[in-house]
Amino acid sequence: MSKSALVIGGGIAGIQASLDLADRGIHVFLVEKDPTIGGVMCRLDKTFPTNDCSACILSPKMADCAGHPNIDVLTYHEVQKVEGQAGDFKVTVLKKARYVNPKECTGCGDCLAKCPVKNIPDKYEYGLVNRKAIYIPHAQAVPRVAIIDGERCNMIQKGKCGLCAKNCGKGAIHYDDKDEVITLEVGSIIAAPGFKVWNAETATEYGYGRYQNVVTAIEYERLMCASGPHRGHIVIPSSGEDPKKIAYIQCCGSRSEKKGWKKYCSSVCCMYAVKQAMITKEHGDLQEDIFFMDIRSYGKEFEAYIHRGEREYGINMHRAARVSNIEEDPVTKQLTVNYTDANGDAVSDVFDMVVLSVGLVPPEGAEEFAQTLGIELNEYGFCKTSVFHPLETTKPGIFVTGAFAAPKDIPTSVAEACGASAKAGAYIVDENFEPCAPKVYPPEKDVEGKEPRIGVWVCHCGINIGSVVDVPAVTAYAKTLPNVVLAEESQYACAQDCLESISAAIQEHDLNRVVVASCTPRTHEPLFREACRNGGLNKYLYNMANIRDQCSWIHMHEHEAATAKAKDLLRMAIAKARLLEPLVGAEIPVTNAAAVIGGGITGMTAALDIAAQGYPVHLVEREAELGGYARNFRFKEDGVDVQEFLADTIKKVESNPLITVHKNAVVKDIPGYVGNFKLQLEGGEEYPIGAVLFAVGAAAYQPTEYNFGSDPKVMTQTVAEKAMDDGSFKGKDVVFIQCVGSRNDKVAYCSRVCCAASCREAIKIKMADPTANVTIIHKDIRTYAFREELYYRACQMGVKFLRYNESEPLPEYDGNCVKVYDATLGAQVEIPVDTVILAAGIAPDRENKENLAKMVKVPISKDGFYFEAHQKLRPVDFATEGVYVAGAAHWPKFMDECIAQASGAASRMLTVISKDKLISEGITAVSNPDRCDGCGVCVGCCDYNAITLVEQPNGLVKSNVNAGLCKGCGCCVASCPAGAMEQRGFRSKQIIAEIDACLDFPVGGGE
Amino acid sequence: MADFEPRIVTFCCNWCSYAGADGAGVARLQMPTNFRIIRTMCSARVDPEFVLRAFAKGADGVMVLGCHPADCHYIGGNYRARRRIALLRMVLEQYGFDPKRLKLEWVSASEGEKFQKTIVEFVDTIKELGPTPLVKEEN
Repeated sequence: MSKSALVIGGGIAGIQASLDLADRGIHVFLVEKDPTIGGVMCRLDKTFPTNDCSACILSPKMADCAGHPNIDVLTYHEVQKVEGQAGDFKVTVLKKARYVNPKECTGCGDCLAKCPVKNIPDKYEYGLVNRKAIYIPHAQAVPRVAIIDGERCNMIQKGKCGLCAKNCGKGAIHYDDKDEVITLEVGSIIAAPGFKVWNAETATEYGYGRYQNVVTAIEYERLMCASGPHRGHIVIPSSGEDPKKIAYIQCCGSRSEKKGWKKYCSSVCCMYAVKQAMITKEHGDLQEDIFFMDIRSYGKEFEAYIHRGEREYGINMHRAARVSNIEEDPVTKQLTVNYTDANGDAVSDVFDMVVLSVGLVPPEGAEEFAQTLGIELNEYGFCKTSVFHPLETTKPGIFVTGAFAAPKDIPTSVAEACGASAKAGAYIVDENFEPCAPKVYPPEKDVEGKEPRIGVWVCHCGINIGSVVDVPAVTAYAKTLPNVVLAEESQYACAQDCLESISAAIQEHDLNRVVVASCTPRTHEPLFREACRNGGLNKYLYNMANIRDQCSWIHMHEHEAATAKAKDLLRMAIAKARLLEPLVGAEIPVTNAAAVIGGGITGMTAALDIAAQGYPVHLVEREAELGGYARNFRFKEDGVDVQEFLADTIKKVESNPLITVHKNAVVKDIPGYVGNFKLQLEGGEEYPIGAVLFAVGAAAYQPTEYNFGSDPKVMTQTVAEKAMDDGSFKGKDVVFIQCVGSRNDKVAYCSRVCCAASCREAIKIKMADPTANVTIIHKDIRTYAFREELYYRACQMGVKFLRYNESEPLPEYDGNCVKVYDATLGAQVEIPVDTVILAAGIAPDRENKENLAKMVKVPISKDGFYFEAHQKLRPVDFATEGVYVAGAAHWPKFMDECIAQASGAASRMLTVISKDKLISEGITAVSNPDRCDGCGVCVGCCDYNAITLVEQPNGLVKSNVNAGLCKGCGCCVASCPAGAMEQRGFRSKQIIAEIDACLDFPVGGGE
Repeated sequence: MADFEPRIVTFCCNWCSYAGADGAGVARLQMPTNFRIIRTMCSARVDPEFVLRAFAKGADGVMVLGCHPADCHYIGGNYRARRRIALLRMVLEQYGFDPKRLKLEWVSASEGEKFQKTIVEFVDTIKELGPTPLVKEEN
């Protein structure tokens, strides 16, 4: 067998990295030091900017990991020693004693009831509640089994007690369990240990730990969460009453040189604070104030999210307001927040609660961890990487992903996790590589001619459904419907325990149909279908009622009507389920080659990563040269000339025998489907490919402001960079104007890169001539993560930063002076200039994107960038299978981010093109020859040429559907005048059953 | 007529409009509860029979939502749906139904707001038109 890969850390980054490797056919050990995987993400309530429930979107991935035949999930294990080198590591792992055998434990919780040791702070709940010495980490834990805290257990420490063992019906508890040491042999390693939240007690001025009503954001996340200590009811800690006023204080622990604080920006706090404030408003009416220096909404759709928070939710945003201290009223426990407002005036305001937006710091024991792995850390204690190699640690064969490399959000972590798995996979896949054998399912039960026996699960989804829809009533109602033999409620239907109980119930209750009323089939159908398969039921005998996205979330204040609607939707789903039939998908051969559109840094990186695993790539560039926009970069990154790196990369690409470069090439069309596309170029060439990546980048905004183009004093950052590089830059009185072509009426988004670019250029100017007057006029400075260093250095070197209000028009410029209202001074200022540098943003290049989008039917967001399958967890996938996106085509981003995302897309593509065959959807059209008159209406109707008329031996002509070509739209079915054409999974009688079930009953089904 | 709550059957295609409806949920856009969604893979799967069936069973209104022109996940399904619905509205009129009771609209996967607006407007339209003529006859 080929070498395995090791992933250290079971948060979202580690989970995604494991899944991608496993889907590539590589065996994975996923080592997690805690008793459950899920990391920090599974403790969050909602996620920005979609406000998706964190547990809802993560649980399927956790379940995937646990159920994946190629992944060994080793929870409560810790890596102790790493020996060897890339391709051949020997890893010593400590298997910590759980004292409960996870194979025997059913997670029933009976053992917990009698445990007398009750006062242990629950780490999962950040100490907000206590747990016992034996405990189950949380409801969605994977694996969901009990564990004994050996240091606190009376039986283990003193040999007295043993109540839990007596209470366990399965005999799963073993007090004599011992730590064990195991050895793993792996080809490569991905480090994803995540991060830790900053210790807020360091900020003594804010009184955390002394004032009861000051909480950290991560604690607040648990307080908001339906699965948290207060079941999602937000209360003032000191009184238990509903808060009327909450303050959020940003940059707690970040962006400061104070002792114990961090200089860098933690990247995610602005967004999570606005999210928390928005969600809190949904819990009840109250006043909320956010105090911050700059709002850093630089990510995809972030700017619009902040505006929504401010304008629709009425959150008070206090810009440039740093809170000096907080005082507590000893009697009422209310908190006085003292701050300096934007005008420089001292202000005090009283709040019921204060939430500290604490920053992200390296994970516990990062230094020791780095030593064990033999990798270096950077000056901030995070994993050391470089701009050109953002996923590589300093040791070959060991890669990094997630927040261990720098504070970052979930989508970035996911994309990078995919990328790290592409890199790690390259050390395992060689010419002798043998992929893992596919998963074996229990044989599918024969349901032919049997009366339907339907099992129904109705999900509370925490409070997402349960707080609006009366779930017990819906469940009780389901029991009254024909053929329903089982109806159960579930806190989270997508959690591992519920999925297992669905599989088990199929056997126990001899179910032959399963219906789940929860969220949307678009995200969760695959998960429940998998549970059906695990129970020996054909996956097409499953149906779903969407009572969350299309019911509880859009009728939040209409409990009765929403409950009635949920009953109707469930009744309709059951009516269809009754008529479902088992289907078998066709086998589709896969072309083991890929195409990458766009020959910039992103496209070239992806092409190299795919080729590194032995698959041919067609790289299509519309210009005469490879390199893309990076050809304009003149500054060094990490001491390396960008142009040198670029030339080196181009050389690697052009000399790689597996990469075919098509320059001056325009894509004409990309017909086909996943595994079987054809790349057609304008020149008439055609190449079969299995997957395609859109790495077409974006465009520089061409300013129409400030007489750009006619006034030689006015230039863009790119032009200025070139001038500084070749020595022709002569500016002595320089003004940078930020957000030209961004964050305005026409272009609502932030272009992400311009703030750091201006800071960098300002530093260069000051270094060349310390007497130069340099001013940066901005709305916010968005030098997130370690880029804060640039802002800091620019300030130190005497660059002036002048903030103007977001609502104001751009500063004026008369050819000699820039005039602007300085929001901090509260006065109009005039700055004489000899050079004006415009931070011209990134334009989407929409037209080029639309042309390609039409060929494969993928959407474009309202800002003009590609719209991925899921903003949080599928950042480089499109909803259309086999098509991917990376780099600036997805959203404006820095070069290191493009490189990491490119590797991520390469990994996703490898999961497709490395397979010999895919199994198609079973939902295809089928013609009934007994009813077909051979009229041929269906033939003309099919855009995929999947239908042909075939002459029968008896001379009659009948239509015939090629299941491999059929995409399952059902258009031909609706067109057939004879009723001969049918769509599997959407048969006319099934849809009519839904219509009848909807309308044959009164709303809500009647009593 | 003030307490008339219309019953509306809404057909959504899997790729755009159903995703748009989910998007409305994700954004917590609030709207009336009068509609029930039936998912088909493409708006072109909506057989005229389904629409007539819904009206025959007492629906006060029927909506068919698909991908925007040129955006159909299945190349041109939505164009076929558009032609069918246009014809069907003429048929409905002959049966004595106001053709406004059948609506075709394009909602993309990213248009949660448009989904909300479409629902709100259609519910208003049907409330103005009153209950289905079918029910009146039975009374």
